[in-house]
Amino acid sequence: MRFKRAADLRVGERGVIREFDLDKLPVKLLEMGCLPGAELEVKHVAPFDGPIYFRMEDYHLAMRRELAEMILLEGSVEDVA
Amino acid sequence: MIGGRKALKVALVGNPNTGKSSLFNALTGLNQKVSNYPGITVEKKTGYSKLNQRAIAEMIDLPGTYSLHPSSIDEEVVLRTLTEPDNADRPDAIIAVADATNLKRNLYLFTQVLDLGLPTILVLNMVDQVHRKGIEIDVEKLEEAFGVKVVLVNARKGEGIDVLKKSVLELSYELRPPVFDVRSFAPNYAENARKILDLEGDYAAWLIATQVSELSYLDKTVRDEVEQLTLRSNVDTKKLRIKETIQRYKIVNDLLKEAVTVNPNLDRSWTGRLDYIITHKVYGVAILLGLLFLIFQAIFSWAELPMNLIDTVFSELSIYTRKAMEPGALTDLIADGIIPGVAGVVIFLPQIFILFTFITLMEETGYMARVVFLMDKLMKRFGLSGKSVVPLISGTACAIPAIMATRNIESWKERLITIFVTPFTTCSARLPVYTVLIGLVIPSKSYLGINLQGIVLMFMYLIGFATALGSAWLMSKLLPTRSTSHFIVEMPAYRVPLYKNVLITIWNKGKSFVTNAGKIIIAISIILWVLASNGPNDHFTEAEKYVTAQVDTNSISEEDLVGKIESYRLEHSYVGYLGQAIEPAIRPLGYDWKVGIALISSFAAREVFVGTMATIYSVGSDDEKTVMEHMDQEINPRTGKRFFTFPVGMSLLMFYAFAMQCMSTFAIVRKETNSWRWPIFQAVFMTAFAYVISLLTYQILS
Repeated sequence: MRFKRAADLRVGERGVIREFDLDKLPVKLLEMGCLPGAELEVKHVAPFDGPIYFRMEDYHLAMRRELAEMILLEGSVEDVA
Repeated sequence: MIGGRKALKVALVGNPNTGKSSLFNALTGLNQKVSNYPGITVEKKTGYSKLNQRAIAEMIDLPGTYSLHPSSIDEEVVLRTLTEPDNADRPDAIIAVADATNLKRNLYLFTQVLDLGLPTILVLNMVDQVHRKGIEIDVEKLEEAFGVKVVLVNARKGEGIDVLKKSVLELSYELRPPVFDVRSFAPNYAENARKILDLEGDYAAWLIATQVSELSYLDKTVRDEVEQLTLRSNVDTKKLRIKETIQRYKIVNDLLKEAVTVNPNLDRSWTGRLDYIITHKVYGVAILLGLLFLIFQAIFSWAELPMNLIDTVFSELSIYTRKAMEPGALTDLIADGIIPGVAGVVIFLPQIFILFTFITLMEETGYMARVVFLMDKLMKRFGLSGKSVVPLISGTACAIPAIMATRNIESWKERLITIFVTPFTTCSARLPVYTVLIGLVIPSKSYLGINLQGIVLMFMYLIGFATALGSAWLMSKLLPTRSTSHFIVEMPAYRVPLYKNVLITIWNKGKSFVTNAGKIIIAISIILWVLASNGPNDHFTEAEKYVTAQVDTNSISEEDLVGKIESYRLEHSYVGYLGQAIEPAIRPLGYDWKVGIALISSFAAREVFVGTMATIYSVGSDDEKTVMEHMDQEINPRTGKRFFTFPVGMSLLMFYAFAMQCMSTFAIVRKETNSWRWPIFQAVFMTAFAYVISLLTYQILS
């Protein structure tokens, strides 16, 4: 078991950002409104497994997968080894 | 403006995509100036706004930013302008622009700006969207909470502008408690930092001190002193920045809960629905490719008519000047040096206007962000950022603005690579060279309605892109990684472009091309003309004597004799000697000394090629034939056949595709990288590459 991450979501799925150790997050993400409690939804994924297009509350953000890996969500997923 | 006092300086601050530029345009109209901040190439937009019959304010449109924690040079400009007490652009007041439909994130920046302690007005822009989305904003509550005037504006329609101007006039400053009190987090820290940094406000000092290691403009002694203070005070700057961010968001959130009501059922946004197609893996990419193809075709075919017109007008002007003025050196200079030189600048304007219309439309509508989204992964493979697409596409107009457009790429490595490879893309200065050469060696035939010359042109564009990507990949492998880049981009809502914004942008682009590149082109044209009309010895001045001594004057016609004299004279001009000097080096590529002259002069700027050809073939002649006709008639003295054969033409095309032949690009790279190493390396690499490819092309084809 591990924490669910924003990068785990598939198109159309939603999640809520978890309260977690914020020190590890780039400040830029927080400043763009990716704060604990915020709801996000995956709208699209760019070609070749590119950036993920999120709806963050009432606006839209795209970020690379590596960054979305850093955003922990409420809930957990089974770890597939 | 009261007698003797300077105009009030007002800075526009806000997130990207808030309609800040539309507001700036609405306030200043065409009364604006685009320049650069000293030492860096961040675009600086200033203008004057008439507040009422007597008062004028100087407006400065600061680059869009999400916070006062800069992650690019653009954003650093905002921080510097707003915090440095002795900054030349230090504003007397701030207009903070916020997108009324997305208040939370916009107000985050606003609370930061507010804590700087300057008189501030909060503008809520795009109020028309607010009604459409069913959002209700309690303006009085906002005014009360922040202690500032809040003005509702629809900048695109000019609504609320008068109220805003009036508010600027009535602006007063009241001391108010900060939204975020830095003293409560680290007592004395901000105050001590303020003394070291010589700043006015605690929050300004706090901002600089907590990110001192990331700011590029501070000098080392100050930086060290602040770092020591930070250590002494036992302050964890990153933790504090996170705390600050969270607290500000909390304050904004709590306020918005009371001041804003949203009726989500009314939300019928186009953006969501459009993006199902536009960012689609297949359709989205297809649309992008189609659009790029449309742009190529437009530059090539739509610009043709105005360009021909410009050409004709200037040729006629030259003929007219010759008729109207006394024959002599001055007339020669004007008719053969200055007029063709100016024509060589003006002729680019149609292409520049068409291309920047497309680019501005892509930016205005919000499409450019989708291009970045779609292309990021692909670009990353070549060591570039999704944001590199914008410079690479802009590079098809001119490398200079394109290289300037790299400044919003946050990673130093990706930015440097983009700067390095952008000059490989086919800029508009190459177009006239390509047009002449393709016209010379490729037959004008159509297959299935597609012009063969157009296909070759497209091929040249593709070669440019491929080389750019290839060298980017190579560089990404060679360069060390200095910092990690966090790719995060806002996808703004689609908007109908505002024709006024498009017009103002293309006007500014055209103006900067004429005043920057134009000067060099005219100067080089005139220098060349002088070099071609003078020679170091009497072989030039008394060419007639030498030619008549060589040939039997009875056996050739008068016309041929004149031609022989002209050619002899050119061969013995300064330019002729220069071209001959490099002929041994370029003969393996298929060129002679005349092409050599064009290559030498092209190192100033590629487009000079056509002008040089014009000068070379029309010097001393009243005949105003087009350059292409002249070149077409050129005979190779060694073979007795046409000089510009298919292999020669293709070899020249390749040389112009790859060589670094642009003084202006060199200068801008020097400025942007702040080193001589990169522009010199770039020039040597590109030119050596061009030589090898042209050599292979000529040797294989002939």
